[in-house]
Amino acid sequence: MPVTTDRKSKTGQLTSRPDFHSTPRIDQVGVEERASRFTKRSLKKDTKLNGLRLVLNMIDLTTLEGKDTEGKVKQLCYKAMHPHDALPGLPTVAAVCVYPTMVRVAKKALEGSGIKVASVATAFPSGQAPRDVKIRDTKYAVANGADEVDMVISRGKFHAGEYNFVFDEIAAIKEACGHARLKVILETGELGTFDKVRRASDIAMHAGADFIKTSTGKIQPAATMPVTLVMLEAIRDFYYETGKMIGMKPAGGISKSKLALHYLVMVNEVLGADWLTNEWFRFGASSLANDVLMQLAKEASGLYQAGNYFSAD
Amino acid sequence: MRLEVLKTYKIYIGGQFPRTESGRYYSPLSKTGKKLANVCLCSRKDFRDAVVAARSAFAGWSNRAAFNRSQILYRMAEMLEGRKAQFIDELILQGATRAAAEKEVHLATDRLIYYAGWCDKFQQLFSAVNPVASSHFNFSAPEPTGVVAIIAPQGDALLGLVSLIAPVIAGGNTCVVLAAADKPLCAVTFAEVLNSSDLPGGVVNILTGKPEELASWFAGHMDVNATFYCEKDTDIQKMIREKSADNLKRIHFYDTIDWYSDKGQSPYFIMDAQEIKTTWHPVENIAGAGGGY
Amino acid sequence: MATTKKPIRSKKAAVAKTNSIKLKFDTGWTYAPAPESKSAASINKQYDLFINGEWQKPESRKYFDTINPATEEKLSEVAEANAADVNKAVAAARTAYDKVWKKMPATERAKYIFRIARIIQEKARELAIIESLDGGKPIRESRDFDVPTAANHFFYYAGWADKLEYAFPNRKAQPLGVAGQIIPWNFPLLMAAWKIAPALATGNTVVLKPAETTPLTALKLAEIIQEADLPPGVVNILTGAGATGAALVNHPDINKIAFTGSTDVGKIIQRAVSGTNKRVTLELGGKAANIIFEDAPLDQAVEGVINGIFFNQGHVCCAGSRLYVQESVAKEVIRKLKDRMSSLLVGDPLDKNTDIGAINSKQQLDTILKYISIGKKEGAEMYESNCRLPNKGFFCRPTLFTNVAQSNRIAQEEIFGPVLSILTFRTDDEVIEKANNTPYGLSAGVWTDKGSKIFNLTKRLRAGVIWANTFNKFDPGSPFGGYKESGYGREGGLHGLLPYIELTS
Repeated sequence: MPVTTDRKSKTGQLTSRPDFHSTPRIDQVGVEERASRFTKRSLKKDTKLNGLRLVLNMIDLTTLEGKDTEGKVKQLCYKAMHPHDALPGLPTVAAVCVYPTMVRVAKKALEGSGIKVASVATAFPSGQAPRDVKIRDTKYAVANGADEVDMVISRGKFHAGEYNFVFDEIAAIKEACGHARLKVILETGELGTFDKVRRASDIAMHAGADFIKTSTGKIQPAATMPVTLVMLEAIRDFYYETGKMIGMKPAGGISKSKLALHYLVMVNEVLGADWLTNEWFRFGASSLANDVLMQLAKEASGLYQAGNYFSAD
Repeated sequence: MRLEVLKTYKIYIGGQFPRTESGRYYSPLSKTGKKLANVCLCSRKDFRDAVVAARSAFAGWSNRAAFNRSQILYRMAEMLEGRKAQFIDELILQGATRAAAEKEVHLATDRLIYYAGWCDKFQQLFSAVNPVASSHFNFSAPEPTGVVAIIAPQGDALLGLVSLIAPVIAGGNTCVVLAAADKPLCAVTFAEVLNSSDLPGGVVNILTGKPEELASWFAGHMDVNATFYCEKDTDIQKMIREKSADNLKRIHFYDTIDWYSDKGQSPYFIMDAQEIKTTWHPVENIAGAGGGY
Repeated sequence: MATTKKPIRSKKAAVAKTNSIKLKFDTGWTYAPAPESKSAASINKQYDLFINGEWQKPESRKYFDTINPATEEKLSEVAEANAADVNKAVAAARTAYDKVWKKMPATERAKYIFRIARIIQEKARELAIIESLDGGKPIRESRDFDVPTAANHFFYYAGWADKLEYAFPNRKAQPLGVAGQIIPWNFPLLMAAWKIAPALATGNTVVLKPAETTPLTALKLAEIIQEADLPPGVVNILTGAGATGAALVNHPDINKIAFTGSTDVGKIIQRAVSGTNKRVTLELGGKAANIIFEDAPLDQAVEGVINGIFFNQGHVCCAGSRLYVQESVAKEVIRKLKDRMSSLLVGDPLDKNTDIGAINSKQQLDTILKYISIGKKEGAEMYESNCRLPNKGFFCRPTLFTNVAQSNRIAQEEIFGPVLSILTFRTDDEVIEKANNTPYGLSAGVWTDKGSKIFNLTKRLRAGVIWANTFNKFDPGSPFGGYKESGYGREGGLHGLLPYIELTS
């Protein structure tokens, strides 16, 4: 990608950034064919068991509702730490993902568990707020103990072609995050084409994202295998270009363990073994955990399971 | 009494009128045993040169707009009509009655006009958009085969010649044609028509000589894509099919066609020197979930 | 980032770019075996010839083994038809043609063909297993491609049987008579469908000879034809090798020869029928160019190249075996190809996770290995993936050659295996010339995001099938066949009817 713009960043460093108007082209039909090929892998025995445990361990257990309360968040945190005590030796989920106002509650509830607290920020889910508000939103979440921040990009500005605006905003939020890891939500369901998904991925990675994430969960379609594939390939190209690993988080729409395993196959075959940990791959999901637990219980007992034997949250 | 100026009958290669490189000639006779002319007895090297000319003309001719090819074929008909008297004289000299000669020239002219009209239409008739099951746009359309080697009918010296050449070049091919051995005069004169018809040099190359000497070269040349033969000689047919296997030429034997009948013209003759190309391309359907009509 | 690579100085210091950056595909999560069960398929110990609707002992009294190329174990033995058997089959086909098939109302003919299509669908799983056992192709392909596409082909042509008067303007379509059909070992059932379906739809009767290394699904198809109650003699299936094929080609009462296979044999057939009135169509070899421009969707192009050359172990006449990459993206494309090759699994064809199965025969494996050593000797640089190969059976790792010259044999000759030759180019005209610089003309691929360039290329590439921004796609409705030495005649679509009819006015 040609580097065209030289400009001063806020910190006074001279930065060069790629020309985001000429990001790689994506052919939708080809992407979908490739994505469906991953679903043809047949996972048996240990491969399946290990995969299911890995999926569980990669979940960002999420509640992002207007009606969220401290009580709800506490229950979710308990579920995160004790997914299903009837099955001993299970891994925990990776993180609990909440709104900024709930970060303090979650942080306290999860103390000592090793489970991260992720907070959405930047006027989630629309992102329609002034930059200083978004920075304050971010700083609030981090100050309350968020280990990870899930920001949304300004899709309106992106569609208007104001890539520098989008880039600068991500860079500013990254700065506001301090030590917290930054996940950048592209809201792919609003981007319209894979070409734009690729472009938004490149902008986010170059601007300092630690993770790129498909969706808020509030817009359909949310995560799909094809869109995730486009983002994984962007991550792979960025890695070859810079040597820097970027994480991936599909979010929304992944509620079945079989589908989650297909995602793992995809990560395995696009990015390889290094990405198969919750440091570099996450599922943003709420109901996926129980389906994984049901599958694990089935593998252990040989019996098909029913939802009523697994706590809702 | 004025001494008649005799015409030298030369061959037509690459838009030029050379003599045969062999320096040989033969003297076909009229029905009454009168010598018609000294005519070039072409060799395999003349054929070789003609194939080179036809090959180099192929890219340009096949890339011409079909409409433009149509205009050029129509121009050929105009030129033929304009020299009608000369063709009638030559056909009579070659043994036809005046009535038969007139009929042949008229039909030959009309045949050119018939194929002039097909140039930009047969593709529509023989193309297809194929409804494939995957998300692809898929269509098939004819394309010219390439260089066609034609041994023209030995009987209908003008009409047969035109009936073979017209569909081949209407479809964008170039060709090398061996004229009727015993009736070569109007073929050479036809070359002069071609040469004054905006037809690029090399698209049609006309040789005179003996089929029994040249047929194996017409069938064997590795840079010829198709060979058409019009006689019933089964030995030559067999030989052509055998030799053509070396580069898998397309072969057609028009040995039962009455060129005077309706069966002497149809777009299916054009298709005999066409290949079907099928093209695939993905169709993006990203808004499929919510879009549509 | 497609074109220019410049270091990016951002606040977050980028890790210096080094050659050591490499994704790890050989460690971590491996897939446990997921074999398809053989019990869903039944294979007889011995097969006779399918003549006149019944199983007949061969006049030759001879049988030959068909083996599983993945294990080298014998699967069954099949009859070897000799000239006398060919006589019987052709006579049965002639009688069926004269007495039954050409007189039958076209609508009824259609219904028989529909019936065959349905039974293939019902027996899809069994057919897929046998196809993989006998030919070595991965079950994923026989299950998802070969068998369903074969059924679809019968469906497609069934519908044509009573609509032929609409197909060719101002002409009547008449059947030719008895068609002798010889098919290859790379898509045994599918090629049988490609041959039989249009022949029956147009009112011809058939004597079909499957390849000697892969006769079983054609014999299963014979059982299906019996089950469909197709009138005896309309389809006859004779197993055998080259001599059987020659007897069929040379039989005086055959009206039409349809052959799919090598260009060499195609030429022999064209010579053999000289002096007869037999109609011929030939679907022969290829050395397809697959062309990637710098503005292409590279990841999809790479996937297309992978499917173009490694689909069916590269045993595909239209395989994209010559890759032309624009120089500015060559390094990136080769890197992506190598990464993609690392996730290709070679092994047991019956394993649902296998991407590349067994090479069809020892002989073909030897040919492929011969070309690999030629490529090395010619100075091209070889790369193969490092997957493990089974101890028994005929297997070959996916292989590519870089620094290949146009004049190298591996860039000119058909290898028919999982071996890709990579060449580079600079301009459009250069690559068109190089792509067309071959006696073959079956297929070609072009990858670019620019529409006008696609049409320039698709027009100027001299091949019968052009895939633009895709590769190795097939459909019953899509005509397939070559230019130049790749043969003549089309299979599939409306144009696929023409090889089996005589047009009269």
